[in-house]
Amino acid sequence: MDYLIQLTDVVVSYPAEDGGEKSVLENIDLRIRPREFVSLVGPTGCGKSTVLRLLLGSQFPTSGTVLFDGRPVRHIDRHRGIVFQKYGLFPHLSVLDNITFGPELEQLNLWNRIFKYATQKYWQVVREQRELARDLITRIGLAPGDCEKFPFELSGGMRQRVAIAQSLIMRPRLLMMDEAFGALDESTREEMQLLLLEEWEKNDMTVIFVTHNVAEALFLGTRVIGLSQHWEDEDGRPAKGARIVVDAESGGKHPKPTSYKYSPEFNALLQKIREDVLDPTQRTRLCEFNLSHRDALRD
Amino acid sequence: MLFSTRIRIDVRWSLVLSALPFVVLVGLYLGTAYVRHARNPDDKIVPTLGKLIDGAKRSVTPDKSGKVQLLLDTWASAKRFGIALAIVFLAVPLGVMMGCFPFWESLLYRFVVFTDKIPAIALLPILFIAFGLGELSKVALMVIGVFPTVCLDAYLRAKSIPDEQFQKAQTLEASGFETVWLVVYPQIFPRMLDTIRLNFKSMMALLLAGEALAASVGLGYRIFVVRRYLAMDVIIPYVIFMTVLLYAADVTFQWWAQRYKWVDRE
Repeated sequence: MDYLIQLTDVVVSYPAEDGGEKSVLENIDLRIRPREFVSLVGPTGCGKSTVLRLLLGSQFPTSGTVLFDGRPVRHIDRHRGIVFQKYGLFPHLSVLDNITFGPELEQLNLWNRIFKYATQKYWQVVREQRELARDLITRIGLAPGDCEKFPFELSGGMRQRVAIAQSLIMRPRLLMMDEAFGALDESTREEMQLLLLEEWEKNDMTVIFVTHNVAEALFLGTRVIGLSQHWEDEDGRPAKGARIVVDAESGGKHPKPTSYKYSPEFNALLQKIREDVLDPTQRTRLCEFNLSHRDALRD
Repeated sequence: MLFSTRIRIDVRWSLVLSALPFVVLVGLYLGTAYVRHARNPDDKIVPTLGKLIDGAKRSVTPDKSGKVQLLLDTWASAKRFGIALAIVFLAVPLGVMMGCFPFWESLLYRFVVFTDKIPAIALLPILFIAFGLGELSKVALMVIGVFPTVCLDAYLRAKSIPDEQFQKAQTLEASGFETVWLVVYPQIFPRMLDTIRLNFKSMMALLLAGEALAASVGLGYRIFVVRRYLAMDVIIPYVIFMTVLLYAADVTFQWWAQRYKWVDRE
């Protein structure tokens, strides 16, 4: 299978209060190969999170198909993990318990848990998983002493590290980041970006990174997709829902050094994308969409 | 000073001020008792401190068959209260299920809201007629009075758990049952202890009502049965004792809830 993800003619709309239809996404066509790092940018409220929810399996398109690994997405499962901006961790569990939550569920059933004092299996599984979790914890940059801490004792950056580890330990084929670094300060964000890139390279994983920070999108992704409702068709009629207005390679050789952020080509592309995708006063015309990526679909 | 938001009261003055209403109350009582006894030494309605202490002693000394009245009454009431409390705890998982699963919400929400509005004491005659004058009616009264309230509170708390946690749990391959039992229920349990604790007063009131009307032993029974003899010297110590017991139960639940240090902390 060439493409891990295929969205075909996806439309998401819902009935509006005045009886009409409110369109969120209009004719989204998207193909993503395995092991891509896709940055999804767009203005706030354009439907980026909707795209993630379609891929996650928590929302279904009004029409069109969403295929993952050739099969339609019907429910949320371990193959598509997600890291949210907030509320990602379970506050009543320690860091270690948060991370071993998934693997323990996988290997232990109700009887194991009820009769935990009677069988060896429970303790064995817990011990193994905690070992694996500790390795992962050090790899993502936390100290061994942080293992028994609770989320309320952690800083924003540490929480996101744990949230990422929580997803990674399930070895998903797709990792979705929903503005995951949006609440972090600049220097923490840079550390997290590098961490994410490392993890992406080490694992056989595709990443879709949603952000409204175009610089971050260009730096991280091999492919940049811009979703925007600020476009108009050939006859000048304004858009109803969001479409993919930009689908391009992000330029620069991969892996990009952090100095790439200061290069002129980076800034030129940054400007262009800001105009095309984010600026509400600039309506991009349908024929002018920058759909230059080899996997981009043009109707 | 009285209406200033800026003054700070140091610990010693704070204690003095807190003691003041108690002192006034006790002082008024003892004053009234003294005045009435000066006029009529056999006054039974406002016993003096000495008579109160005598009444208390009578409750705690073993009678002819070696049994202590107060202990028997306390044990009988505690049994009823304890059974009702155990059943009320079941309202928490039920409320959580209602909050997490649309099926249970549709089925039960309106029904629970309705039963919450029933004035529980009004059910007392119905319960006595249907189930007789035994333990079942008294326990049922407490349960019917308090269960819906606790259930609704659990429901609201379960509904306020952010969607992100449910979705995350599902990416970690948690089934509906596992999500409820491992993610939602543990998070709301400490706050539910507070809710249950706040309902102790209602439960106690319902228990006393039930015991007043149909019991042969129990704290409520005792204070109502001795009113025929105007035995304020027994009633008042009993009331003070009940208050102290409830206070101890309240503090115990507070301590229990505080052991979960992650609650409501960001």
